Amino acid sequence: MSSEQRDERQRWLDRPENVTKIVRALWVACAALVLAEFFYHKHPYFGFDGSFAFYAVFGFAAYCFIVLSAKGLRRLIKRDEDYYNE
Amino acid sequence: MSEVLLNPALLMMLAGLVALLLPKRMLGVWAVLVPIATLALLIALPEGSAGQVSVFGMELVTRRIDGLSFVWSVIFHIAAILAGLYAWHVQDRVQQVAALIYAGAAIGAVLAGDLLTLFLYWELTALSSVLLIWASRNPTATKVGFRYLIIQVISGLLLMCGALVMHQQTGSIAFDHIGLEGLAGWLIFVAFGIKCAFPFLHNWLQDAYPHATPTGTVVLSAFTTKLAVYSLARGYAGEELLITIGAIMTAFPIFFAVIENDLRRVLSYSLNNQLGFMVVGVGIGTELAINGAAAHAFAHILYKALLFMSMGAVLYRVGTVKASELGGLYKSMPWTTAFCIIGAMSISAFPLFSGFVTKSMILTAVAYEGHWVIWTVLLFASAGVLDHSGIKVPFFTFFFHDAGHRVKEAPWNMLLAMGITAFLCIGIGVYPDPLYAILPFPVDYHSYTAAHVITQLQLLLFAALAFTVLMRKGWYPEEIKSTNLDFDWVYRRLLPRLTTALLNGIWAVDRAVRGAALRGLDSLVAKANQGLGPGGVFSSSLSTGAMVIGVSLLLAFYVLFSFYWSA
Repeated sequence: MSSEQRDERQRWLDRPENVTKIVRALWVACAALVLAEFFYHKHPYFGFDGSFAFYAVFGFAAYCFIVLSAKGLRRLIKRDEDYYNE
Repeated sequence: MSEVLLNPALLMMLAGLVALLLPKRMLGVWAVLVPIATLALLIALPEGSAGQVSVFGMELVTRRIDGLSFVWSVIFHIAAILAGLYAWHVQDRVQQVAALIYAGAAIGAVLAGDLLTLFLYWELTALSSVLLIWASRNPTATKVGFRYLIIQVISGLLLMCGALVMHQQTGSIAFDHIGLEGLAGWLIFVAFGIKCAFPFLHNWLQDAYPHATPTGTVVLSAFTTKLAVYSLARGYAGEELLITIGAIMTAFPIFFAVIENDLRRVLSYSLNNQLGFMVVGVGIGTELAINGAAAHAFAHILYKALLFMSMGAVLYRVGTVKASELGGLYKSMPWTTAFCIIGAMSISAFPLFSGFVTKSMILTAVAYEGHWVIWTVLLFASAGVLDHSGIKVPFFTFFFHDAGHRVKEAPWNMLLAMGITAFLCIGIGVYPDPLYAILPFPVDYHSYTAAHVITQLQLLLFAALAFTVLMRKGWYPEEIKSTNLDFDWVYRRLLPRLTTALLNGIWAVDRAVRGAALRGLDSLVAKANQGLGPGGVFSSSLSTGAMVIGVSLLLAFYVLFSFYWSA
């Protein structure tokens, strides 16, 4: 009984406001990384990868593109779980 | 002959056979001690070729230790030790024996100096590894195992055909640079490509690995595909075609991984994507690129094993690894959660984790050769890795909605195996020099520059930010029970349907032809019946007189005929 109670106590992550704190911390970290653009010496390979915050923009855009286009792909290829009857 | 036996691979396989006789409680310790001992032997052995055997006038080289084969043999040994520890509690003789023989065969293939030896070990990896799938002991796993075995054996047969053609044309079966020239080169290339899960040849991987036992998948993930990468690095380094193939491999599995529900299948797609990076490195073929491919294979075997271990522990405790049925497990399995996150950060290539110091070697080598399109594709794929392996696997298993599973933490041996693997993942990331020291070529590469750390963190954290935005907007695809069609639909559905349709067609034509022939015969019989039947003209009865007249007429005709003929 006591171990169950211990299991069922509310965890820090169970509270939505704490999840929001984590997301805010991520925003702060991202902002700091953009600010860091002014403080290091770049050596781009091609040129376009040396533009301001290239990796940040690319990471955000690539991620959105992947997830949203995968959602589209799902419409085409999703079938019932036991489609192959195995 | 003793020189032939002095081979880590052979000894490991012999130990596998010995395990057939050991008491069951000894199997766990045996599976750990044997690879430790053979690893010590490998390190003690001198470089160079040894263990030559002559078969039908062909010179076989059973043990070749050089820069390339050494690094692969070392990581295969480490993988065997960790997998053995992870499966310590499994008292299933089939699995423990199969795992030792499989690991031994993979190491034997890496040490092979000729194509015939390579072929023998190549097929042996297929035959031994399928037992790890069949050991799940359910009808689905049996079917899947057969599909896996057929494809693996086809790969071996192509390799053998290629080797025979090569022997006929050049008189040699040495396993050195082969190149994409002539029939032999292409046959062997496709054989390697099947095992390396090239696009359209890849589905055996996503089909089979999720159906092996919880511990079996960890073993499977280490050897077969990385043996293929080794073989490509040995035989096809610098082949431009590999750059394109590898880039496609990094990109397309991402989309399937995002929407896949079975998390071991997600990891299989992710494995496919990681192989792409190595294949690109092999295709570039410069010293930095080959070093990068080898280093990435080394790091990848560890973090991929770690991820499969964490999912295996979940499967072992909860009984499922379907994302739609999981969530909140960090409350019950905190250690497994931590180890999974370390694996996830390693594969995502966060600074201080192993992927950071190995994947970047490949990207740098690509950039040095001026392939900006390929470089951009690899960067794009890196963002994708963060999604499916970095975020999706840990997040939907251990966090997100609590699915209410209250289970025990993983057994001690699983935790220990995960702990050591996690330690190695971080160790390589923090201090890569020992790994760099055993790479095939001298390393002049520094991963920890301010620019590299900042740009990599930008890429990863902004991608993670995109995840939070998509989640909060409700745009992230939810985890649902489903089967997603992939290319295997062609041979699991389309081809059987076409075959059935073809057979039905042949059957219909056959029936029509035989029907027409029967009807023709029937009408012939009916016609004959009109003349010859009981009511027919030839069956009517005639008087004796009429008969005599008939005979007389016939005789008269005969006499006249013979008269005129002789005249």
